[in-house]
Amino acid sequence: MYNIFMENKTQVIVVGGGIAGISAAITVARAGKEVVLIERGSFCGSKNVFGGAIYTRAVKELFPDFEKSAPLERNNIKHQYMLLTQTDATTISHLKKENKSNSYTVIRGKFDRWLAEQAKREGVTIVTETVVEDLIIEDKKIVGIKTELEDYYADIVILADGVNSLLAKKIGLRKDLKPQDVALGVKEVIKISEEKINERFNINTDEGCITEIVGYPMNEMLGLGYIYTNKNSVTIGLGVALDELSEKQLKPYELLDKLKTHPSIEELIKDGELIEYSAHLIPEGGYNKIPKLYDNGVMVIGDAAMLVNNLHWEGTNLAMLSGKYAGETAVEALNKNDFSTDCLKAYKQKLEDSFIMKDLRSYKNLMPSMHKRRKSFTGYYIEKINSFFEMFTSVDGIVKRNKFRNFIKTIFTDRKISELVKDGITGIKLLWEILK
Amino acid sequence: MSINDKLFKVKYVSDNVSHLTPDHEKCKNCIRKTCTFICPAQVWEWDDEKNTLTVNYENCLECGACRVACDMQCIDWKYPKGNKGVTFKQG
Repeated sequence: MYNIFMENKTQVIVVGGGIAGISAAITVARAGKEVVLIERGSFCGSKNVFGGAIYTRAVKELFPDFEKSAPLERNNIKHQYMLLTQTDATTISHLKKENKSNSYTVIRGKFDRWLAEQAKREGVTIVTETVVEDLIIEDKKIVGIKTELEDYYADIVILADGVNSLLAKKIGLRKDLKPQDVALGVKEVIKISEEKINERFNINTDEGCITEIVGYPMNEMLGLGYIYTNKNSVTIGLGVALDELSEKQLKPYELLDKLKTHPSIEELIKDGELIEYSAHLIPEGGYNKIPKLYDNGVMVIGDAAMLVNNLHWEGTNLAMLSGKYAGETAVEALNKNDFSTDCLKAYKQKLEDSFIMKDLRSYKNLMPSMHKRRKSFTGYYIEKINSFFEMFTSVDGIVKRNKFRNFIKTIFTDRKISELVKDGITGIKLLWEILK
Repeated sequence: MSINDKLFKVKYVSDNVSHLTPDHEKCKNCIRKTCTFICPAQVWEWDDEKNTLTVNYENCLECGACRVACDMQCIDWKYPKGNKGVTFKQG
């Protein structure tokens, strides 16, 4: 049935069986075309790590009924933002009980496998335990892949080989990663009973809570922590810009240990048992670091294309939709029998027409600006907000007016006034870029 | 909990050859030795006595941080063979 094993030639090869790759492959298969997906791990999802949530809307575009059969953990109805100092925590929490449509926590080891099963059922040939070592180029066109064992040919190759995308680099679609382009994420999945999770996060069974953490122990670095609730486990992790970890000579797991022992965090995960520790790079370069997305016979999707909206924690949805668009473009190209850039540029256009590029463009200066002002936004203001609440809530017999005056005075005397002005200008600039 | 205890919870299938190959000569001149602290799996350890880098590639979580952060840009970083390396059951 699949002539790839007889002639070593198929219509589309997708490299990488994560969310992006599977989405691309299934889109091609649904149009009746031949597609082979190559995954280096022993099953799809076995090399993947993420924070914790998949987004309902994006998943539904490819799997309208996924909620009936996909392995989902909890439906996230609660979002918390914790601003931490070494001792304090100020938490903002948003809860809407009937808001059940946004996102679910999943275990990638289960969810990606489920996606792969759907893909197989719809005609995708999945080859696991196979590393693609290089691409075959003939007449300036990508025409196939080289694996440890054999060469395989295809009309189109879709690269979904993740954040490190050694293949996109090899064929010159993107420059090599710089430490400031990525964050290093480390996380732990900790077993805690369903009842305890419900109690500690004040949610019911099947309801989930996403906690995003700014400040300690990543003070003054570009980094964020997070906690996601699964059914019987909690995921806790953090991601910090790789250049900052290098400069400060920090061990990522020691930072995570610090987060875990913060008084406000410790009680959420106490008496838990570590199930798995993992690490992964996260694309942080945003719009400015998106590579050339296509060339003759090839397209790049998902993390390999650096498609992550770091402010909104969006990645899996961009992976899925970019996979879908690349899959659609591959089908159009096969129908026209044209695999040149002329035809494949439609993929980029689809991304441009969607919210993906529009959003990423809005935030294109966010990371560079935050990088410049990180001491303020991830250090100073976090301290200030916590000390405001400490001042506001302490009943100490001091005249309130004096306390307020002193607090306001410190905003101007803690640091040089010019710092405050720079922060203000940065804030306004960023806001303008988003709204204009 | 030590990093070794954490790594003990991770499923690996080890190869008998390393997929990570530093340029040992360049490593000798490297001042910061970023790999020795940035790696989330303590793959890289500097052996003062032998004046060389020890590569515990069996611990590798395949994140790629060492390759990107290496000051000398001297790590030949490949994925382990198809049936080798880390398997994340949770992810």
